[in-house]
Amino acid sequence: MKDNARDYGKTLERDFSGLKIAVLALQGAVSEHMDCVGRCGARALHVRRPGLLHEADGLIIPGGESTTIGRLSRLFGFREEISAFAAAGKPILGTCAGAILLAQRVEGQDPIIPIMNITVQRNAFGRQRESFETELDIPALGAEPFCAVFIRAPLIKEAAEGVEVLATYNTGIIFVREKNLLATAFHPELTDDLRMHQYFMGIALEHQHSVTSSLNGHQASA
Amino acid sequence: MVDRGTFRVKKGMAEMQKGGVIMDVTNPEHARIAESAGAVAVMALERVPADIRAVGGVARMADPEMITSIMEAVTIPVMAKCRIGHFSEAQVLQSLGVDYIDESEVLTPADESYHINKHQFTVPFVCGARDLGEALRRIGEGAAMIRTKGEPGTGNVVEAVRHLRVVMEQIRAVQHAPEEELMSLCKQFGAPYAQVLEVRKLGKLPVVNFAAGGIATPADAALMMQLGADGIFVGSGIFKSADPLKRAKAIVEATLHYDDPDVVARVSRGLGEAMPGIDVALLTDADRMQIRGV
Repeated sequence: MKDNARDYGKTLERDFSGLKIAVLALQGAVSEHMDCVGRCGARALHVRRPGLLHEADGLIIPGGESTTIGRLSRLFGFREEISAFAAAGKPILGTCAGAILLAQRVEGQDPIIPIMNITVQRNAFGRQRESFETELDIPALGAEPFCAVFIRAPLIKEAAEGVEVLATYNTGIIFVREKNLLATAFHPELTDDLRMHQYFMGIALEHQHSVTSSLNGHQASA
Repeated sequence: MVDRGTFRVKKGMAEMQKGGVIMDVTNPEHARIAESAGAVAVMALERVPADIRAVGGVARMADPEMITSIMEAVTIPVMAKCRIGHFSEAQVLQSLGVDYIDESEVLTPADESYHINKHQFTVPFVCGARDLGEALRRIGEGAAMIRTKGEPGTGNVVEAVRHLRVVMEQIRAVQHAPEEELMSLCKQFGAPYAQVLEVRKLGKLPVVNFAAGGIATPADAALMMQLGADGIFVGSGIFKSADPLKRAKAIVEATLHYDDPDVVARVSRGLGEAMPGIDVALLTDADRMQIRGV
């Protein structure tokens, strides 16, 4: 594969070995994300049941069928736990169906875990025959273009207050950040380029450091 | 530059289906039931395999009007079947915009020597296989997803188990063989060399591998997942049973928590009658769909 020979730059590489990253394993591209986490040097946690997220420093919600993942996450009570995880400042990366799960507004249906101030449209590019891959400029991930794979992908129709647009494709929004929360319309786990995962884990490291230093601060003042 | 229908995009589509259940449906109402039960996709066809067996005659691609009405009824992906080797039916399905084409032995084969050149399509294909050689021949022709053939429409899981076990056993043989034995293994399995090298490197098939052909209960689904399937196709098993919605939901949950017998036990309670089954040993070769198109 052409990816192997390419140098994506090392600006986002850091020592992630102290991180545990949960991957929501209800359905979809779970093993692909777990591989990416492992290749970045962090430990991947396979999470199929609520009650295990407290161990994790970050959470990835993979692509899959959003109706299926949505139904199962409601059935098993993930909504409250994931909302609390986000409220605690820990980072979450939602890719494709994962982005739909996190949106406060989903066109034509009820939201699932409404924690990001975005509106998404499902299957915005059409059916599978319209699915595609393309090279995109995403400055947050470095100067090299990023190969973005879109599969029956959603589009972020609106990035409301507090949401930063990190990439667009033909004027459509496809990658956003709202503080500790990231959402992409494409699938970074389907290429060998680890920069999206490194960028996400960089946020997890910063959060880990801020928690440790505030704890130390409390101890010093006590 | 934008590339549509690359192998990565086709294979990626199947990867998004992993851990899920794909259900056969014959009308929009059934499609909506499947979607609300948590199916990751539906397979649109004229008759479920059990009825194809009962009716006999030539089984063909479904009426485009019916396929389109199913596509309009649900937002999950819609797959449809074409006959083995019938690339014109496949062209029609691509033109309709179905999300995946199943070049399927459940329909009457149109070509007894050759399968479709699936590289020429932007829509991905799934094909059935009974062993590693068959799976890799289909992948060589461009299939982006594999499923066991099993014996469709029987409600009997024995053939699906046999096929998945054979594929897994042959993958282990490829992984552990010294390099100089690989070409002989290719000859023995009837498998293309390039794909065998890939299997050796990955330790699994290079595309997603689902179980199909005879799955009728939540425990059947859990069994196939524990044997190493990436997901489940249920053909006649749902809409030939007493309570399709309840059974469909139960199979979805058992597929997710396949390694938790407490969950499988809970969802298996009070489902009503499963589909009537057929003893595969009593089928003559003329009735065995799995030997079509190898």
